[in-house]
Amino acid sequence: MDRAAGDPMLTMTGVHTFYGAIEALKGIDLTVATGEIVTLIGANGAGKSTLLMTLCGAPQARYGRIVFEGEDITRLPTCQIVRRGIAQSPEGRRIFPRMTVLENLQLGAITAPASYAEELERVFLLFPRLKERSAQRGGTLSGGEQQMLAIGRALMSRPRLLLLDEPSLGLAPLVIRQIFQVIRDINRDHGMTVFMVEQNAHRALRLAHRAYVMVNGLITLTGTGAGLLANPEVRAAYLEGGH
Amino acid sequence: MDYFLQQLINGVTLGAIYGLVAIGYTMVYGIIGMINFAHGEIYMIGAFIAVISFLVLGLIGITWVPLAVVIVLILTMLFTAVYGWAVERLAYRPLRGSFRLAPLISAIGMSIFLQNYVQLVQGARVKPLPPVMSDVIVLMDRAGGFRVSVSDLQLLILALTVTLMIGFTQVIARTSLGRAQRACEQDMKMASLLGIDVDRTISLTFVMGAALAGVAGVMVTMYYGVIDFYIGFLAGIKAFTAAVLGGIGSLPGAMLGGLLIGLIEAFWSAYFSVEYKDVATFVILVLVLIFRPTGLLGRPDLEKV
Ligand SMILES: Nc1ncnc2c1ncn2[C@@H]1O[C@H](COP(=O)(O)OP(=O)(O)O)[C@@H](O)[C@H]1O
Ligand SMILES: [Mg+2]
Repeated sequence: MDRAAGDPMLTMTGVHTFYGAIEALKGIDLTVATGEIVTLIGANGAGKSTLLMTLCGAPQARYGRIVFEGEDITRLPTCQIVRRGIAQSPEGRRIFPRMTVLENLQLGAITAPASYAEELERVFLLFPRLKERSAQRGGTLSGGEQQMLAIGRALMSRPRLLLLDEPSLGLAPLVIRQIFQVIRDINRDHGMTVFMVEQNAHRALRLAHRAYVMVNGLITLTGTGAGLLANPEVRAAYLEGGH
Repeated sequence: MDYFLQQLINGVTLGAIYGLVAIGYTMVYGIIGMINFAHGEIYMIGAFIAVISFLVLGLIGITWVPLAVVIVLILTMLFTAVYGWAVERLAYRPLRGSFRLAPLISAIGMSIFLQNYVQLVQGARVKPLPPVMSDVIVLMDRAGGFRVSVSDLQLLILALTVTLMIGFTQVIARTSLGRAQRACEQDMKMASLLGIDVDRTISLTFVMGAALAGVAGVMVTMYYGVIDFYIGFLAGIKAFTAAVLGGIGSLPGAMLGGLLIGLIEAFWSAYFSVEYKDVATFVILVLVLIFRPTGLLGRPDLEKV
């Protein structure tokens, strides 16, 4: 499946997601093109994590359509979606605490056992710290190391689309810089398409080619990263004060 | 001393059988946080399949004992695996995600159903199995002392149990299936985000536990020579107690718990009273649940996802 940069890889059309009676996504339209870094920013509770999880079918969208590489994945079970080439480093990282770093990475490769050795080497190259810690239990890692492991684990499946949910949350500035550098590198050097949710809007907008702003379950603004950085509305709501 | 030694041998044999059944309880609990009350019935069904298989093998002329035992073990594991799979599929999977008590009630229902089903198709009377292995090795026979012996069958039970437990532990620790099972145990949602088929992993956990219970059923049939449709109840409770005593959710805990329950039962019968041997198990269950609900090897932080 050779796709040129710029082709739409992922399309969401009119996607609604519910938790019981609560409507968390109220009709989302967005696209991510092959080779892009796209970021989604928005306040706490806007529905960003729900959007990423809906892409993976957990929970499934109630209405609307999600198309990945030309295939409708809206109704596929989570494990099948992941097998199509989407990997997620989820909110809260969700490292398996009682398994070693290496086992966490092995689990990441469970859908792609053939390329395990090669990917492991690549992940250790991106995050040398994980190699040092490979025999340690996931639960004993620092927050930054856990985030590296969550991203590394996602990369082990050789995804074509990498979903990242707040990779900078709770981390020291130095670690954030390192992680954003890795995101930039895997996008530039390996052509990995990245769709990233961030509260750290400033850094995210500087890194991303394009961005969406989400408020209360709806996309309210979209543009290039640089464009949104300069947008007075965005500046007022997400950039000034704090960051 | 000789008497003590003999009880030790008997207790370890019993413990091996309980341990194998306990593994099924502990693994299912580990992965879906539910006590599979129908598990004892799987063991009972294993015992019936063993009796039937031995009979059929005898009829078609396969009487060489090692071959017959191997065939019976394989057949029983296959059948009990299918039963275990079906129980999960019919009684538990449809209730996944509903309120916590629902699968528990369903489990008890399944257990009653399986008992009645076996009673109906096999009859309520006790089924005998003529001794398949009857050689005994005398270890100690001093004049005036107690004769200490170990039977071929006891050795077989121990060897088979140890082999299965080592094999099983390796599967859990080293294979991709074992990693998937542990991943589901720790964070089911994350496991599915990695592409693990959670439903399939749970099914396989039931299948593995049921096959081990099947082996225990074969061994108990050969050991005692009689079975009925009700043996799953007591054995189930004892194995469950073993799993709780060892620390439910813990694999080594189930093995250790099984061994301890077997020993306690053997020594209790030998030194106190045979009639009340089952009471010992229940007393332990109650005491452990009150004073150390996490068991001997259980984690105190038994968080469920
Ligand atoms: N599992 C859940 N059950 C019920 N409501 C939820 C659940 N997860 C999130 N929500 C609600 O959905 C909305 C969106 O949440 P979320 O997607 O986590 O937002 P964000 O990631 O942007 O902070 C919030 O109002 C939140 O309370
Ligand atoms: Mg979130």
